[in-house]
Amino acid sequence: MNDFPWLSVLIALPALGALGVALLPRGRDALAKQAALGVSALVAVLTFVMAAGFDTGGSRFQFAETYDWIPAFGVHWAVGVDGVALVLILMSVILVPLVILASWTDADRFGGVVAEGESAPAKSVKTYFALVLALEAMMIGVFAATDVFLFYVFFEAMLIPVYFLIGAYGGPQRSYAAVKFLLYSLFGGLLMLVAVIALYVYGPNTFLLADLQGLNLDPTVAKWLFLGFFIAFAIKAPMVPLHTWLPDAAGQAPAGALVLIVGVLDKVGTYGMMRFCLELFPGASKWATPVVLTFAVISIIYGAVLAIGQVDLKRLVAYTSISHFGFIVLGIFAMTSQGQSGAALYMVNHGFSTGALFLIVGFLLVRRGSARVDAFGGVQKVAPLLAGAFLIAGLSGLSLPGLAPFVSEFLVLVGTFSRYQVAAVIAALGIVLAAVYILWAYQRTMNGPTTEAVAGFKDLSRRELAAVAPILAIVVALGFFPKPVLDVINPSVKHTLSVVQQTDPTPTVAEKGARP
Amino acid sequence: MSAGVHIIAAPGDIPAPHIEYGQLAPMLIVFGVAVLGVLVEALAGRPWRYRIQVPLAFAGLLAAFVWTIVLAWRHEPFHVAAMGALGVDGPTLFLQGTILVLALVSLLLIAERSAAHFTAQASALPGSEAEQQSMSAGITQTEIFPLMMFAVGGMLMFPASNDLLTMFVALEVLSLPLYLLCGLARRRRLLSQEAAVKYFLLGAFSSAFFLYGAALLYGYAGSVRLSDISAQAGQGAGGETLLLAGIALLSVGLLFKLGAVPFHMWKPDVYQGAPTPITALMASCTLVSAFGALLRVYYVGFETLRWDWRPAMWGVAIITMVVGAVVAITQTDIKRMLAYSSIAHAGFLLTGVVATSRQGLSGTLFYLAAYGFTTIGAFAVVTMVRDAGGEAAHLSRWAGLGRRSPVIAGVFAFFLLAMAGIPLTSGFTGKFAVFSAAVDGGATPLVVVGVLASAIAAFFYVRVIVVMFFSDPEADGPSVVVSPATATAVALGLTVTVVLGVLPQPVLDLAGTAASQMFVR
Repeated sequence: MNDFPWLSVLIALPALGALGVALLPRGRDALAKQAALGVSALVAVLTFVMAAGFDTGGSRFQFAETYDWIPAFGVHWAVGVDGVALVLILMSVILVPLVILASWTDADRFGGVVAEGESAPAKSVKTYFALVLALEAMMIGVFAATDVFLFYVFFEAMLIPVYFLIGAYGGPQRSYAAVKFLLYSLFGGLLMLVAVIALYVYGPNTFLLADLQGLNLDPTVAKWLFLGFFIAFAIKAPMVPLHTWLPDAAGQAPAGALVLIVGVLDKVGTYGMMRFCLELFPGASKWATPVVLTFAVISIIYGAVLAIGQVDLKRLVAYTSISHFGFIVLGIFAMTSQGQSGAALYMVNHGFSTGALFLIVGFLLVRRGSARVDAFGGVQKVAPLLAGAFLIAGLSGLSLPGLAPFVSEFLVLVGTFSRYQVAAVIAALGIVLAAVYILWAYQRTMNGPTTEAVAGFKDLSRRELAAVAPILAIVVALGFFPKPVLDVINPSVKHTLSVVQQTDPTPTVAEKGARP
Repeated sequence: MSAGVHIIAAPGDIPAPHIEYGQLAPMLIVFGVAVLGVLVEALAGRPWRYRIQVPLAFAGLLAAFVWTIVLAWRHEPFHVAAMGALGVDGPTLFLQGTILVLALVSLLLIAERSAAHFTAQASALPGSEAEQQSMSAGITQTEIFPLMMFAVGGMLMFPASNDLLTMFVALEVLSLPLYLLCGLARRRRLLSQEAAVKYFLLGAFSSAFFLYGAALLYGYAGSVRLSDISAQAGQGAGGETLLLAGIALLSVGLLFKLGAVPFHMWKPDVYQGAPTPITALMASCTLVSAFGALLRVYYVGFETLRWDWRPAMWGVAIITMVVGAVVAITQTDIKRMLAYSSIAHAGFLLTGVVATSRQGLSGTLFYLAAYGFTTIGAFAVVTMVRDAGGEAAHLSRWAGLGRRSPVIAGVFAFFLLAMAGIPLTSGFTGKFAVFSAAVDGGATPLVVVGVLASAIAAFFYVRVIVVMFFSDPEADGPSVVVSPATATAVALGLTVTVVLGVLPQPVLDLAGTAASQMFVR
């Protein structure tokens, strides 16, 4: 069973599914949706079967496969997962079928939510689902790649389906948002390409991650290469001041795609920092830490403050994500075991909590045709389930104890505090601001007198409930019992720290017995 | 090395030159077919010409290609032929094979009958009665086939030339038919004729530069043979001024042909005005051939002087990439945009030349093959999108094409993404090959400029995709006319672009083997 090429199959399956869905004859929209849901569900099931065989005490990369791909460049089709990659893949494969379920009728309605006065052109429904499946294949690939070149290929190729998802199915300003997204990402990606090439030239002429670690790079070269990778990841993650594409993309993208963009794609940035920046360039990472931490703290506060001021719910959630990504980066670069475990866990939790928020905002958008805060009021009375789901997702966003993000945010702050007290203290302000933006947004949209436009709202349909309830259940479950995920994450975090040669500062107080 | 008898230096008795016919057969076949084509024009009746010319041209190119493969396969080719005038070596055979395949694909477009890309009678004034008469008589121009074969023959010879005089002859043989072919467009004939005149005048200028450079170099080295120039320069003999001035002038002639800034002015006008199949031929085959000649001159003739020419080449590469990418943004005509894109790609290719290494050579060879197919495919798509006035060249007319004919628009988008260098396309593999060679050769800043230019270039490629997919179709928009020959060309371009992106290893190996011994001297 262990020789089974799990990861290759998991990448190939949605890719073939995408091809199949795209080749369906026109007019078979229902079949396209069912096929997409079926494929993504199958992928999810297979991933769980694979994950069950993951040995937390075993070798670092499991289910590893390595084949020569382009020997002339030293490129391999090398995939394998460690704990962090595994949980991120699990998160992705859980989110995709739910997103497909949630956007079931959005696809027919594309054009229904465009601004008044604009024609609502008929758009290909099957293409939408084919793109989502193609994106799923690349998401699994990007987390599973253990070859830098392969990672880069997925990293860049991923942009194309997202670009079409935003540009063809988004709001009135979709093409502006799509182009901005693509250019930002391409710019970062191309800088990374220079670093990848230089790594090849200065390194041992191979791209296998295993061979690239512990390189004796010249410190100056290492710093430049670090920057090449880091800027690409910081654009992806998005960190202030490279974040401006996200609010625009979020404002225009369809809600379902947005879940995948913010929930999964942007994690590639923080995942890349952990896997590539820290492990390939430990010295340079330490050199850059003060600056990175500063920008992380700025992101936390800046994102939160701007979230308060947003009038569009999708943009609001996007800005909260910028704040949350600040926490993740903070945890990664604090270089303590709690900080990094917290950051890795945060990546997962944020995917679910923000995913739920975006889906619910998407439901609101479908009902009202607008995601502006002032378009709503008193939704709670007419659609209590919808409001309730919004509240739970929102509270998880502000890290209420008992909901998943609390655990990770707490770990990040503790881990940061043990080394960088000031940063941790300022970052903690972000939690206060989070309470403001979430609760104020809830109050303005869900409470108060029911406005005329909202009065006819239907509550969540069974399909919508089926899409969002599992996510909320996971958020609650991980809030109370994060241990299984932490058990999977911790060994790989320990490995990363050993590469960076960082040990936790001795006088720690929190989390007794978590460390050997 | 053959005996050092210089054809030019030989005084008095001229020995009969020894010609290795077998080694030179690919060129001889193509030239032979061209001459046969002229005879067909003279002797065959009008209804027969097209039916004879097309199979003849196909057969000629195919035979030449097969012979090239046999040459490369039978023994390691690494020697000079025709008394040292031509080199037969790995890179040359790779380039010649590439040119022949690309010419075959272009021929599919040129031979396309349903589209009628070419004017019925070139001598008739645009809009005159004579033109209408010949049009209504259903005359088709078949001289294009021998003309094309002469051009392709010149292209085969250009990178193989081992001395500057042969190279000049090849340059003229390839250029003159192209000047003529440019002026034969059926639609927008004034634009086409303007393009032809411009190309001819500027081309003549650049030929003069080339010849002047060759003369100065002869004055310096006492020989036009590249290896002799290299040897003399290596000894540091004689007047440095003559040498450097010669290199500079020669470079102008070569850089003009491949459209490097600041010698790029002809490219947009000519690409726009020429009949699109001819544009495809120029954008692929001529570029490959010109780069082949440039590589040979710089890697053989000026190899010992690389510290002198590299800084200049850096400068040219940088401004070529930047100007090509930046100016392309403002273009609204699809063919002009592709022309500027071709300029930018010439810049990317120059980074491989600057590397002056084996990897640089093999990377450039690979890039040329990859880019040639992509660009032919792109121009083939351009010929398919038509409205009442012929090809719908203006970008705004392409609005909503993605909705009207998703397959063609999707294919075109894929070509554009390949040119932008997105992974899993041949464009990315090619860029990676030349950029990694350049970094290896210590040209990292050049590569940084290269990727920044790629990011700028991506903007205008993406803009076309936006127009095609994200904007609403016009009511009287162009329609897509699919005919078998053009569709085959598109399919070939697409296949190669995908395969070289996903499984590039065999072709990388081939380019690597071809470059393993570098050029023969």
